Amino acid sequence: MIRRVRIKDHWGERRVFTIRSIVAGVLVAVLLLTIAARLFYLQVVRYAYYSELSQGNRVRVEPIPPARGLILDRHGVILADNMPAYQLEVERDQVGSLKQLRASLARLAQLGLLDPGDLPRIEQTILSHRPYESVPIKLALTDQEMAVFALHRFEFNGIDVHTRLSRNYPFGPLTAQAIGYVGAIGPRDLAHIDPALYAGTTLIGKLGIERTYESTLHGKPGFREVLVNAAGRPVTREGPYRPKLRTTLPVAGTTLVLSLDMRVQRAAQEALQGLRGAVVAIDPRNGDVIALASSPSFDPNEFARGLTFKEYRALLADPDKPMLNRALQGAYPPGSTAKPYYALAALHYGVMAPDDHIFCPGYFHLPGSSHLYHCWKHGGHGEISMRRAIAQSCDVYFYNVANRLGIDRMHHFLSEFGFGKPTGIDIPGEMSGLMPSPEWKRHAFKNPADQVWFPGETLIVGIGQGYMLATPLQLAHAVATIAARGHSFVPRLVIGIRPPGAKRMIRLPPIPGPTVRGVTPAQWEVVDEGMEDATKPGGTAWRVGLNAPYQMAAKTGTAQVFSLRKNERYNEKTINADLRDNALFISFAPADDPKLAVAVMVENATGEGGQVAAPIARKVFDAYLLPPTSASPGAASPTTAPATTAPATTAPPTAAPPTAAPPAATGRRPARPLARTNPVRRGHPTDHGVTETP
Amino acid sequence: MILDEFSASRTRRTLSAGTRALRALRLDGPLTGVLALILCIGVLVVYSASGQNVRMVERQLGNIVVAVAALVLLARFSTPQYLRLFAPLAYALGVLLLIVVDVTGHVGKGAQRWLDLGFMRFQPSEIMKLAVPMICAWYMHERPLPPSFKDLVVMAVLIAIPTALVVAQPDLGTALLIAASGLIVMLLAGLPVSIILLSIPVLALAAWGGWHFVHAYQRERILTFLNPESDRLGAGYHIIQSQIAIGSGGVFGKGYMHGSQSQLDFLPESSTDFIFSVIGEEFGLLGQLLLLGLYAFVIGRSLYLALQGQDTFARLTGGAIALSFFVYVFVNAGMVSGIVPVVGVPLPLVSYGGTSMVTILAGFGILMSLHSHRKLVGS
Repeated sequence: MIRRVRIKDHWGERRVFTIRSIVAGVLVAVLLLTIAARLFYLQVVRYAYYSELSQGNRVRVEPIPPARGLILDRHGVILADNMPAYQLEVERDQVGSLKQLRASLARLAQLGLLDPGDLPRIEQTILSHRPYESVPIKLALTDQEMAVFALHRFEFNGIDVHTRLSRNYPFGPLTAQAIGYVGAIGPRDLAHIDPALYAGTTLIGKLGIERTYESTLHGKPGFREVLVNAAGRPVTREGPYRPKLRTTLPVAGTTLVLSLDMRVQRAAQEALQGLRGAVVAIDPRNGDVIALASSPSFDPNEFARGLTFKEYRALLADPDKPMLNRALQGAYPPGSTAKPYYALAALHYGVMAPDDHIFCPGYFHLPGSSHLYHCWKHGGHGEISMRRAIAQSCDVYFYNVANRLGIDRMHHFLSEFGFGKPTGIDIPGEMSGLMPSPEWKRHAFKNPADQVWFPGETLIVGIGQGYMLATPLQLAHAVATIAARGHSFVPRLVIGIRPPGAKRMIRLPPIPGPTVRGVTPAQWEVVDEGMEDATKPGGTAWRVGLNAPYQMAAKTGTAQVFSLRKNERYNEKTINADLRDNALFISFAPADDPKLAVAVMVENATGEGGQVAAPIARKVFDAYLLPPTSASPGAASPTTAPATTAPATTAPPTAAPPTAAPPAATGRRPARPLARTNPVRRGHPTDHGVTETP
Repeated sequence: MILDEFSASRTRRTLSAGTRALRALRLDGPLTGVLALILCIGVLVVYSASGQNVRMVERQLGNIVVAVAALVLLARFSTPQYLRLFAPLAYALGVLLLIVVDVTGHVGKGAQRWLDLGFMRFQPSEIMKLAVPMICAWYMHERPLPPSFKDLVVMAVLIAIPTALVVAQPDLGTALLIAASGLIVMLLAGLPVSIILLSIPVLALAAWGGWHFVHAYQRERILTFLNPESDRLGAGYHIIQSQIAIGSGGVFGKGYMHGSQSQLDFLPESSTDFIFSVIGEEFGLLGQLLLLGLYAFVIGRSLYLALQGQDTFARLTGGAIALSFFVYVFVNAGMVSGIVPVVGVPLPLVSYGGTSMVTILAGFGILMSLHSHRKLVGS
């Protein structure tokens, strides 16, 4: 067999290798050019695209929250400002695992810095943020808490104290009802705010002025570019790579100037101390609310600091309801304070002349009915004119007035004074009260038998009882309208604004309300005189007028809050405290040139309107109309704020978790007013405070 | 030959001290110069990419000293005869060590690629990057070219054994480079064109068919196997950040030490596998093209030196070293620019790290030794 032997062919082998090498070299060149082409594509063709991606990578835009606008009283006294507060914050990725986070929070609770009951909520809040974000877990630390934390700081990784701006109310409970408060932004707030505007902000207006004027007070956040690394953490570079970063400064919020006069506000709130009630003082010439007090009050600073859930629950569960702004959320029977309006109606419709006398035997009965309607004065007033009927609050006189007017004209005329509808004040939560009418009754009741308007109900409404309800704010607004002889203004708290950078305050013009027409000056005069007489000897409020350097015009009221059974007589001493009568007082002064109209309401008072409510009004008038004495410096020393029933526990507050946000922010009323606000549940009108004789 | 003598004598007269030193160390001047330039660039870029870490630069300089020593020693003292003797020994030792690594790795229940020698860690797979082309060249040295079918089978087995052992570590990237270095020898030796042409559609079909026949989870497993360090999302993140770095560099770059992607740690492995992106970000297209040009010169010069080899072993070994270097460059540059899948391969002579640098410079030492120890007799 033939065996082929291959012999090494050096020349041929070199040739093969050379050819192969050249082919390989060409292939190498082609592939290197491919890479070059790819690089050209990335760096030249798509340069703009990748350049932008790179920029977005390295720079994070961080918001700088704006300073919230200040709130001042009409004389420039600061009612709300911003103060640096020490805030405990957590950076999750610095803490470590979830287990370590829980351990750290538990340890903080052990040290008394957090409430153990809030831990799950705090943990949830932390976990809802990005791991590198600093999350506040306790809004304002006291010096003592700072000391405790400083002592144990070494135990905590990723938890530290930062200085942030927090809201401060120098007068605390004194101004809480008008100004409201700010609290942690909750999920419900997030639904209606622009997240870009609130970037970096932790607090938002929840109630009162803080809420109504939130967009004005808030301002505009600034932005700061921050260099971040791949993990998203801000870095400061020492090396050669230090790029330029831009900063846009925030625009502070607009400063609000309120109509409140802190001296008067203090007098009103302090006069109510220990009582449940409200005072509203309005300048009848422009609708400025000079004082708006409700007692008991609460400390709005607690909300800015962050209440624990337990504290918040306690505040809501308080039987005295400090969270209820009685001045505009409490609707009460106006009682005899409604009489001046009915007197005007009687004159306007001509059913009574000023000098017509009515005989008051102490009771009244409708023609063809044996049902007796009593006067508050057992023996009766005898022959009585309109002026004296107002001054002495004769019920029988006004039974006659009501009987002659009829419910439709009563309803129509008192509606002109704002009864039964919100006044339109610039803080939220106002109740509309109720000015009843047959029309209303047809819609309010389900049972057809209840839908009928009885003539007796007209008489009861004629003395401000029955279905009729009004808020203290409405009472003040209505009496201011009398003071201004029918001219009304929408009550307002904000009278001026000062935008950031502006040198002077921009005054806002008063907002005119509806005018009561068709009442002659002489007719106004009759009611004026009757109200002036009330504060003179013989009047129901004669004590309040003693030694007053100015002439007041007033009307007292004592309104029943429950129905007496047949033949039962009211006895203050034998009745439960919360079923006692409400004391009311409406007034303006000086009578010849009214500068201030005041309405006072005290729930379940131990005494009548003239005894309990009138002295409170007197203090308010004194504070406003008399020059300040050295003993009562207007807005000085906020530290002497009266005790508040707010937070029963003085335990340190924590970041209010979203669920602890006050329901006021949701548009719901925080609690039901103590006075009956649901007319449907009221008893039959014939039972109302009037004994019946068979 | 006379010409050679003439030129040698003529040049000898005008030799500078540096050139004489190169001669004495048996180094190739142009290749040595460009390699040194690339090493300098590498040190500068490592300093920037490491976030100005002086310790890393010091260690890299240490790596370079060791690697250059390997190059010089091999170029000066090894001869083609020694290298031919050494080739089977190195191969056998390498296979043995790979088996040891696989077994200890298996026992230790983890991927293991290196042996701890106490004073240093040592990757046997790196030996194979040189030992596999050398054993193939050694095998073909006495045999006539082009290789017979039997020769091809033998070489295939010689390549397959270490490749399989490295795949088992598992280190697919290195295994591919080892296989490639062996295949280069087969191609240069004269692998019949018919087989090359036939293998292309066969391989493509096999890959396509295999890909479509396996289940989705198996494909997933293959992808994970291809890139064991990270999942697809992770690998995707790497490649996206790398392309952002390169693309945002533009034509002229952001400036030395001013690449935000690398300085702020957006770029993963910026000192090692993705250092080419740092060059792209800080020196732009021009910087990258300059480096690619230097690489092209090294490959071209190496091929030129290999072509001058006087025997089969010298030519095949030299050619394999030159083209393997190209493969390293192409796989790394292609990976960071997104045209080759992510494989953990460093950029030769620039990436931080000692092992691959020693291997590569040792290869160039062998290349230069084979060239400078030519007998000055013509065939």
